[in-house]
Amino acid sequence: MTDPIVSAMVFYALAAFTLVAAGFVALSGNIVHSAFALFATLFGVAGLYAYLSADLLAVVQMLVYVGGISVLVLFAVMLTSGLDGPLTSNPTFRLGGGIVLMLAVAAAAFVAATAVPSGVESAAVPTTAAIGDALLGAYVLPFEVVSVVLLAALVGAVTLARGYKGGHR
Amino acid sequence: MTIGLPQYLVVSGVLLALGLFAIVTRKNAVAILMGVELVLNAGLLNLVAFSRFGGGLDGQVFALFGIVLAAAEAVVALAIVLQVFRARRSVDASKACELKE
Repeated sequence: MTDPIVSAMVFYALAAFTLVAAGFVALSGNIVHSAFALFATLFGVAGLYAYLSADLLAVVQMLVYVGGISVLVLFAVMLTSGLDGPLTSNPTFRLGGGIVLMLAVAAAAFVAATAVPSGVESAAVPTTAAIGDALLGAYVLPFEVVSVVLLAALVGAVTLARGYKGGHR
Repeated sequence: MTIGLPQYLVVSGVLLALGLFAIVTRKNAVAILMGVELVLNAGLLNLVAFSRFGGGLDGQVFALFGIVLAAAEAVVALAIVLQVFRARRSVDASKACELKE
């Protein structure tokens, strides 16, 4: 990031890509389009992480969100929207209230964000080793708790998705 | 033209607003979950931006935990959606208003 103008252009391109894709997620009438736009949004957020020199988080975002969660969402879309056709699969209601809420939140966020001082950008150094140290040092208890949460979610999801029809299996 | 903290906060705020819009206006439960993912990503982007401009790695560690919890949430929520679909042949959230058939 030597040239500030090129650097700013990269940022604005990433931000525009992310927000346009997020707009498709929120507004598209076809849920398959929404799902693929979610894919693009998560990709753009990973790019913003990389731009913030959070290299480990960018890779984790790609692996967990782009590679995992959006594929899961696509599976759910394909498994549940077959009956009523993809073109009418993503209906909306209360549009007026939604638009008012969206504009109010965006305006409040804009006012709050522009009031924040710009801050001092820390040096762009690789973060993976430091995060690994933090995870097994200061954050070792939350780290272990999260592993238990993941195990519980795994077991719960398998139990839920397998379902039962009377009797026990 | 320098990119500071406010630019990231604006991006994250717009992402939050779009996610809330999807949550409020969608009928399809899977689409509501997509809105939840947008809101979560807005929050995590805020954490990472503050960590970059405020110093310290704590924000990034919290964002990492947030990603893990979001994955767990998505898995369980989609399993519930699949069960609702199996029971009712529909994932319209405004019609699924009973806990028991």
